[in-house]
Amino acid sequence: MTIAIDKLTSKDFASDQEVRWCPGCGDYSILKQVQTVLPDLGRPKEEFVFISGIGCSSRFPYYMDTFGMHSIHGRATAIATGLKATRPDLSVWVITGDGDSMSIGGNHFIHMLRRNPDLNVLLFNNQIYGLTKGQYSPTSEQGKITKSTPMGSVDYPFNPIALCLGADATFVARTMDRDPKHQQAVIKRGYEHKGTSLVEIYQNCNVFNDGAFEIFTEKGTKKQETLMMEHGKPLVFGENNDKGIKLDGFKPIIVNLSDVSANDLWIHDETDLVKATILSRFYDDPSVDGHFPRPFGVFYVNNNKATFDELFNNQINHAIESYGAGDLDKLIAGRETWVVN
Amino acid sequence: MSTTETTVQSVVIRFAGDSGDGMQLTGTQFTNATALHGNDLATFPDFPAEIRAPIGTLAGVSGYQIHFGSTRIHTPGDQSDVLVAMNVAALKANLKGLKTGGVIIANTDGFDAKNMRLANVPEDKNPLKDGSLAAYDVKEIDVTKITRAALADSGLGTKEIDRCKNMFVLGLLYWMYHRPIENTVAFIESKFKKNQAVADANIKVLKAGWAYGETTEMFAQRYNVAPAKMEPGVYRSIMGNQAAAYGLIAASVKSTLPLFYGTYPITPASDVLHELSKYKNFNIKTFQAEDEIAGICSAIGAAFGGHLAITGSSGPGIALKTEAIGLATMLELPLVVVNIQRAGPSTGLPTKTEQADLLQSYYGRNGECPVVIVAAQSPADCFHMAYEACRIALQHMIPVFFLSDGYIANGAEPWKFPNADSLEPINVAFAKERKASDDKFMPYLRDEKLSRPWAVPGTKGLEHRIGGLEKQNITGNISYDPDNHELMVKLRQEKVDLVANYIPEQTIDNGAESGDLLILGWGGTYGALKTATLDLIEQGYKVSHAHVRYLSPFPKNLGELMSKFKTVVVPELNNGQLVKIIRDKYFVDAIAYNKIQGQPFMASEVVEYIKTKC
Repeated sequence: MTIAIDKLTSKDFASDQEVRWCPGCGDYSILKQVQTVLPDLGRPKEEFVFISGIGCSSRFPYYMDTFGMHSIHGRATAIATGLKATRPDLSVWVITGDGDSMSIGGNHFIHMLRRNPDLNVLLFNNQIYGLTKGQYSPTSEQGKITKSTPMGSVDYPFNPIALCLGADATFVARTMDRDPKHQQAVIKRGYEHKGTSLVEIYQNCNVFNDGAFEIFTEKGTKKQETLMMEHGKPLVFGENNDKGIKLDGFKPIIVNLSDVSANDLWIHDETDLVKATILSRFYDDPSVDGHFPRPFGVFYVNNNKATFDELFNNQINHAIESYGAGDLDKLIAGRETWVVN
Repeated sequence: MSTTETTVQSVVIRFAGDSGDGMQLTGTQFTNATALHGNDLATFPDFPAEIRAPIGTLAGVSGYQIHFGSTRIHTPGDQSDVLVAMNVAALKANLKGLKTGGVIIANTDGFDAKNMRLANVPEDKNPLKDGSLAAYDVKEIDVTKITRAALADSGLGTKEIDRCKNMFVLGLLYWMYHRPIENTVAFIESKFKKNQAVADANIKVLKAGWAYGETTEMFAQRYNVAPAKMEPGVYRSIMGNQAAAYGLIAASVKSTLPLFYGTYPITPASDVLHELSKYKNFNIKTFQAEDEIAGICSAIGAAFGGHLAITGSSGPGIALKTEAIGLATMLELPLVVVNIQRAGPSTGLPTKTEQADLLQSYYGRNGECPVVIVAAQSPADCFHMAYEACRIALQHMIPVFFLSDGYIANGAEPWKFPNADSLEPINVAFAKERKASDDKFMPYLRDEKLSRPWAVPGTKGLEHRIGGLEKQNITGNISYDPDNHELMVKLRQEKVDLVANYIPEQTIDNGAESGDLLILGWGGTYGALKTATLDLIEQGYKVSHAHVRYLSPFPKNLGELMSKFKTVVVPELNNGQLVKIIRDKYFVDAIAYNKIQGQPFMASEVVEYIKTKC
């Protein structure tokens, strides 16, 4: 028997709080896409929980009419792990940014990925610190001139997708704020994945880092500079879908479709970790000659790894089955007692 | 041969050897046998932080002291009657604590040239030979040689054989003090059930130790220590961390909430994790997180989800959890923070005791961030106060510190344990489902205790957001309103203060309700202060002792209780912490008496100090 749930709409997921991101911020689009996707998941509203850390993106839970927690810097992943471990019945989402997840919360972030709790993580990457008014972030390009780095940053940036694959994440994808349809599809796939789903979202900070992803999101350059990956389909890009990626051993090569038949191109296989790893390294500076296009879509899915919450609770159930529910009096008394008369 | 039987009231034995000599195991086995014999007892394991410090060195000496008797025993004893020294380093490190005329059982093999060199003792200064031990009754035994001879045909290697040495000493002491041996035999059988040869070897050596006492001329004396006159009832032996774990489990059972323990290994708190991890069939969920911060944050997640959520650590780990304790205070969720204190600051003395985290618990967070604090006073009391910490956290929707320390965490005592039925109930009600037609849910609407509803995710109609930003009272929405902030700060303090209505009043442990001097203690110093007080009263001093277990808020009558004494002395194993709070809160000219050596108080030093203040 199925229980009828009143069909929810995106409005049902909007809280009564005024949204206070800067006008033009990419966060608005992400909020809208999430509110659009959630009603389609066929799940009662009270089962959704959004947990965030600190940063512009972390205000997100206030705008969702679900259960939510706006926690402390970098710790949303740890809080969500504890919640999901104890309440596997809930749909738990983590909202985080590049600073929150990869700087101050870097440790929790990688450990969440290796444990693989069934969480949906939306990583808003704007390559800048917005809430603290514009310092460079762990994903900012080297040489970034900001208030804290007037001569340019000397740090090399993280490659978030490669980092996640390195930490044995079981679902790794990338999308962008300016492509609502793609974003919705990727978020939905992330939700459907059993295990931690990591969705990196390129999000424009129009105040402190405007145009950071313009080359990937704007009409004039998007087709040339992005590689939209689809499982089972050849890797094709270019203004007229006239270019493709071919693998020569482990070495990717850009080819013209006029020279190479589509059948000889690299066919995207989401389940292939080695290939996903190569794709994650398509992370060149777009101004460099011969650079690879930036991939979007699902890099990698591993459906064969049990989730942390599953394994964690299986042990509890197994212990209860094996030894019976605990008897407090027996526990307190222990094995050796004596009587004083 | 003939042996003389002597009856004594109490005995202190100190087992000392190299970290690898198994002195902790020997001590705990002797403790269990002594408990089963019906003596009252207190123990003090004293070991180095290194798991295997360089063999034979002073740094590697591991000790275990037990005080047992036919009278009530409250401390592990200031000085020992018997010192077991497995090597020269152990003798050198512990001789100071042996009574003049005390017995030294020396393993002569541990006094050879190599051991002398390792312990930095000059060749011509072998204490067994240079006459320096003339004031003691020295029993020299080549334990190594006898053990090897006993196990010559066991088929085990020398390394494995030598590991049985401690069982020889244990068997000998069982003989000397008429302790039952069966219990340790059963323990060995169970511990080595997968290796029968090792089990057999240990049992054989244990019995050889017993036989050695019986047959050699060296030990002409056996001692009877009659069972203590204790309150009638059923008893067991319990260690502090074990009791703490049981207290937490009991709170989980009585509140019918599953327990979640998020933590990161640290000495001396790890045993709480180890103990809890054994009882998954009680629906106990333990999570060894990637760090201290994740330990507490995962617990906050579990608290949000409706679990009895606990995090545990020791001082340095608590420092890392600080920001999250602030979050829990803002979220007004129930959370128990277990702190098994050790000597600090920083890494400090990891295996040594101190009670120097009281001010950290009180004030160690940014902003105005009051919490509830309770502290256990003895190993068995860890059960009760851990339970109380959970009860208060759950019923007041508030973070609660449970303080213990390395001394009571690892110490053991007999425990007249309670029935589960006799424990105070912990009733917890989650906020109920709401219909669309109901009024909007207000997550920060308060009850008479000023606590807010516990609205767990998954409950229809209770969708709400909480967070570390300041809340508007009642609605819980973000608010930067100046007056609201002040109101919320005051409300969070008042909420802590109101807990005083739900805890017992302060009592005097020993002595009159008024008098010349009040010894005001807290935490693991209880036994030493109690013993000192009884001694002082017997000597005719008008001294009383009160031991505070509820430290924030204090029991309502504490001020009045102190006012009946001319002088208040606050002995603490720190540089003066409770005394600061007492002076600040009650304007009492309390005197600080401090010891900061990583070691517990000796009752005798307390007695001497108090006499100077009477």
